[in-house]
Amino acid sequence: MNSIVCVAYVPDTETRIRISADGKSIEESDVKWIVSPYDEFALEEAIKTKEAKGAGAVTVLSLGPERAKTGIRECLARGADDGIWIDTKGADMDALAVARNLAAAIRETPHDLVWFGQKGVGFDESLVGPMVAELLGIPQIANVIKFEAGEGRVVCEREIEGAHEHVESPTPCVLTAQKGLNEPRYASLKGIMAAKKKPIVERAASVEEATSRVLKLELPPPPKPCHFIPGGDPKASAEGAAADPAGAARELARLLREEAKVI
Amino acid sequence: MKFLVFIEQRDGRVRKASLEALTLAAKLGGAPAAAVIAGKDVAGLARELGKYGAGKVYVADREDLALYSNRGYVGALQAAREKENPGAVLIAATAMGKDVAPRFAARNASGVLADVMELKLEGDRLVGVRPVYSGKARATVDTGASPLAIATTRPNVFPAVASEGAPEPAIETLELGALEIRAKVTGVTATGGKELDVTEADVVVSGGRGIKGPENWPVIRDLVDAFGAGAALGASRAVVDAGWIDHQYQVGQTGKVVSPTLYVACGISGAIQHLAGMGTSKVIVAINKDADAPIFKVATYGVVADIFPFVPEFAKAVRAIKSE
Repeated sequence: MNSIVCVAYVPDTETRIRISADGKSIEESDVKWIVSPYDEFALEEAIKTKEAKGAGAVTVLSLGPERAKTGIRECLARGADDGIWIDTKGADMDALAVARNLAAAIRETPHDLVWFGQKGVGFDESLVGPMVAELLGIPQIANVIKFEAGEGRVVCEREIEGAHEHVESPTPCVLTAQKGLNEPRYASLKGIMAAKKKPIVERAASVEEATSRVLKLELPPPPKPCHFIPGGDPKASAEGAAADPAGAARELARLLREEAKVI
Repeated sequence: MKFLVFIEQRDGRVRKASLEALTLAAKLGGAPAAAVIAGKDVAGLARELGKYGAGKVYVADREDLALYSNRGYVGALQAAREKENPGAVLIAATAMGKDVAPRFAARNASGVLADVMELKLEGDRLVGVRPVYSGKARATVDTGASPLAIATTRPNVFPAVASEGAPEPAIETLELGALEIRAKVTGVTATGGKELDVTEADVVVSGGRGIKGPENWPVIRDLVDAFGAGAALGASRAVVDAGWIDHQYQVGQTGKVVSPTLYVACGISGAIQHLAGMGTSKVIVAINKDADAPIFKVATYGVVADIFPFVPEFAKAVRAIKSE
């Protein structure tokens, strides 16, 4: 069973975000880049499937500027076999353009399973995986938290609000990984050394007119200062006020009703 | 501009987030919107949609649509789109909506304004605002060269307004032909019993490390109960990773994104990954014994307190004020 794992290389969630001069993108200097955490679940599941079957290849596919190759190498170090890098040459691409470029590369690569993370952390759109499934004309199972590969078919559970949906699908299909699917492994030293010798094929992205555009990127307005209610705890009373948990609780409930009007 | 709204139902219940999208569509379009609903025995639900601004409802009512399938439900939406020829399509950003929207968009060579918190029409362009980078920035987005403007709306952000006495919508049946469903739902297992999902609640009460151990969930759950029917339980990543509670309760970057009217954080420090999941709540109450905890930077009201003397007192005070 051959798997393609599509990964995005994104700013670390802890990174401080600064807006660049164009007002539409982030300042990329000093940003620490990481493989999007959900893509790690996808990669782990593809490698586990290959190990369980004792056959098949795991190909990592990523689109982006030069740094995307670093992300691909990280995945190769964890056990993927080879990589495909689609070079955007610095062009900004929206979800549909990304999906079209990925689909073009996937069509030329043997695959039974096409894995994604359920969202790319940062923009959090959850669009590209199902878009690729549509462009390839194959079924999709999103938000997968349990996965089993059979012969020519997969059996999954996907997370929905307050329930799990059990889904069966023939292959090839697109799957998007949700937290809970597995515990991703770390790269071993041996894996990191081996990754240096694994092939990464390069392709050029085809850029087209955007079907969604960022017009403006801005920092959110600073939140209003917190209204502290004193006296909550005998051991840790704020502002030195007399400790009175019951009184503080009544005051908080009153503010929520009379000022915030939410209860 | 003509709007078409995808209405989600499961087990014969229309999801509130879909009614929010419908109300918004009728408001933006300045006229009753079209809606589409798929399922089994859903004609009765379709008639109820007039109250929320539907002038016309396309209905795909078939045995093989009883359970969700991407092929069947996207097929129904596509059939309605072809009959109605709208300029814009709104879909609630739920698990189902996020499964439907991108596939439908790609079929129509269009993009998606995903999970928007604000949406407006500028001329004939749809313009949305969405938080990005864990809520550390906000992006204003439009649909560029899309032939069809498609947006998914974040649940609990836009109001669902029913106007009694609104006329019943016109019903039009969709003929979908044979459906060859490939990714087939074989069953649904409820994970939360009768509990309200955290993304659908008006009030979310979440517990973090400060609750000290899983044996203390009853203290937090009692506060949830005090708020009544629209309230749900949430949790921080720390306590989910520690195994104190299931992942479905997790609020944050790697959990659920919620926008309730009131969010109560009990013993949660407020790491950026948690703020990404709840930072857009309308009113935030933080209860934490550390006055320097980052949660107080986003909180509307703060109480510097240990959970245990305070939360039970707060539950008592909420019950008292609600019974007045």
